[in-house]
Amino acid sequence: MSTVNANLTYNYKVVRQFAIMTVVWGIVGMALGVLIAAQLVWPSLNLDLPWTHFGRLRPLHTNAVIFGFGGSALFATAYYVVQRTCQARLFSDSLAAFTFWGWQAIIVSAAITLPLGLTSSKEYAELEWPIDIAIAIVWVSYAVVFFGTIMKRSTPHIYVANWFYGAFIITVAVLHIGNNLAMPATAFKSYSAYAGVTDAMMQWWYGHNAVGFFLTAGFLGMMYYFVPKQANRPVYSYRLSIVHFWALITTYVWAGGHHLHYSALPDWAQTAGMVMSLILLAPSWGGMINGMMTLSGAWHKLRTDPILRFLVVSLSFYGMSTFEGPMMSIKTVNALSHNTDWTIGHVHSGALGWVAMISIGAIYHLVPKLWGVQAMYSTAMINVHFWLATVGTVLYIVAMWVNGIMQGLMWRAVNEDGTLTYSFVESLEASYPGYFVRFIGGAIFLTGMLIMAYNVYMTVRQKEAAAQDNTAVQAA
Amino acid sequence: MSTFWSIWISVIVLGTVFGCVWLLWATRKSQTTDTETDRTMGHSFDGIEEYDNPLPKWWFYMFLATCVFALGYLALYPGLGNFKGLLGWTSTNQWEAEVAEADEKFGEIYAQFGDTPVPELAQNEDAMKIGQRLYANNCSVCHGTAARGQVGFPNLTDDDWLWGGEPDDILHSLVKGRQGNMPAKGVMPNMTSQQVDQVVNFVLSYSDRERDAEAAEAGAEVFAQACAACHGADGTGMTAMGAPNLTDNIWLYGSTYEWIRETVEHGRQNEMPAQEGRLTSDQIQILAAYVYSLSN
Repeated sequence: MSTVNANLTYNYKVVRQFAIMTVVWGIVGMALGVLIAAQLVWPSLNLDLPWTHFGRLRPLHTNAVIFGFGGSALFATAYYVVQRTCQARLFSDSLAAFTFWGWQAIIVSAAITLPLGLTSSKEYAELEWPIDIAIAIVWVSYAVVFFGTIMKRSTPHIYVANWFYGAFIITVAVLHIGNNLAMPATAFKSYSAYAGVTDAMMQWWYGHNAVGFFLTAGFLGMMYYFVPKQANRPVYSYRLSIVHFWALITTYVWAGGHHLHYSALPDWAQTAGMVMSLILLAPSWGGMINGMMTLSGAWHKLRTDPILRFLVVSLSFYGMSTFEGPMMSIKTVNALSHNTDWTIGHVHSGALGWVAMISIGAIYHLVPKLWGVQAMYSTAMINVHFWLATVGTVLYIVAMWVNGIMQGLMWRAVNEDGTLTYSFVESLEASYPGYFVRFIGGAIFLTGMLIMAYNVYMTVRQKEAAAQDNTAVQAA
Repeated sequence: MSTFWSIWISVIVLGTVFGCVWLLWATRKSQTTDTETDRTMGHSFDGIEEYDNPLPKWWFYMFLATCVFALGYLALYPGLGNFKGLLGWTSTNQWEAEVAEADEKFGEIYAQFGDTPVPELAQNEDAMKIGQRLYANNCSVCHGTAARGQVGFPNLTDDDWLWGGEPDDILHSLVKGRQGNMPAKGVMPNMTSQQVDQVVNFVLSYSDRERDAEAAEAGAEVFAQACAACHGADGTGMTAMGAPNLTDNIWLYGSTYEWIRETVEHGRQNEMPAQEGRLTSDQIQILAAYVYSLSN
């Protein structure tokens, strides 16, 4: 690029650190997922110990994959993308280092407190108040580093990827602080500031936006850099970026009410949650279209580039799950799907298919650049990983669709006298085959992650990383 | 809700929907071409350029359609503050309508058995098939699929009844529910630890279980003071209080020294929830007959 400042250097150290931890937490979190999936097939794997019980390991799984794996991927890519697209070094190296060590400490403290049973019991916000405060501090530091870098950019405009990262950082701060307001009782026990249905609404306002901003907006930021970069094509439509960005962040914050259909939540809030969720279809697909169409003229690259395959397939899963989501938010559909495995399948088509796959693609793109080598150690291994990830995800989702719809139908089936045809236990028994297939799917996905870890290790070993800082390689 | 909040909600809901429509419209109006071109926006970020392509048409109309649907839905259903919606739908009246429909559809099936006395009904095969299903739906969670109970929940297949096993007793248990309450240390709140030990051994002696004979002997007096008021002087219990018979070797909680000691020291609270209002009287009649049939 003609505008490159020859004296400019980027902070790649923090990006490297977060990139490695993305792989590490990915393996830890997904291994926990496979374990708890196995516990549902073979309950004796609970080991009759409170610390290894499903009820305690499940939140640890979600925290490790969302905040450990997803969070590290977001930190890594946001720091990389904001520097490169603003042509500016991070606002503060020491604050960036603080966010790295702070964030890792938070995930480790989750790994200690959750098995001990210390929980605020709010889904995806289980961590108790001292850790919540630490998250808020680290998150604000993240915002300072990110927006500080935007402020000192040497490009005239702000690139679309940074809009999404920026919206994600600001909104997650608001959501986290809003939902976790609580009165501490002891060092690891607090009571929510909200009561009853207000608490439920706050929880799902947070919960659904954990999906909408943490797991969507942030990853769209990732998509907007790595897809055009890997495809080496211009982004399809700037206009589409504008419309779908503003529409997405405006309507997502409304959608939480659809988690509380047919509950004590006032009808108006349920309706608002539903209609906004339906409107959300188009803004979500806007991101998919913009990513997919960026490949027009470069489709042939999919044949040879498994990294691009990861990115494109992640967009397909994104499109599929953002169609499924609005559909499930319709009251009559929700009446069938609510509390069944369908919900879990839906979450994982987003989590495995979209979030994990785009992160994996981004990390494969990043690692050679961060360590100053030509390419990943083995492209064949990336290809194997791609197929394992795809097959694993499909098995997982299909198993949960079958289970979910079957459970929904069994729960509502009635005899000729109006009594329920099936007891809960019968529907549970009927779910076993699905649980087994889900376990296999998860295990396959995890195997791919292990191959990735080996591939990354072998790549990093090729060069001494530190020597690559502050050199001309970065301009590549 | 107050008028202020009603207006506030309406404004932000409609503002969001119309905001989306405006954004869509304004962006489309500013388009200079309807087809894809090679023209970019002229900026480049780390080598990434952006095309100045128009919004895909099908996407534009899909987005618009969801907004129109939303507005239509908000007109028909409650969503804009206090506005009830043109259909008058609420989640409550939907539920009530479904219950009324079910009652109308299934009510007759139950009504044909509702007036039959319990012992007679217990002989009716058709009624008992329904009874078993009602039991599976409503009772099995606590009393077990085979009605043999579990710790804290009575076995319904034996001849031992906490609150009486006559048809009227069973009906009463179902309709009104039962609250069992054994106070800690019976009616002797200052019972010493040694006395607890003695009375536990005494209770074990009723069913000739393994015990410390000396302590058991001393426990007789403690029992008379602390326990006999409900469990009777001979330990055979009292159905009026729901106090179990202690002499039949049937145990609602555990039968070991440790279990009984826990019961004496801390007491026991137990509740059978009332079914009145949950089930119709006809259904309760059938259910009572089913429970009766399990031991008669």
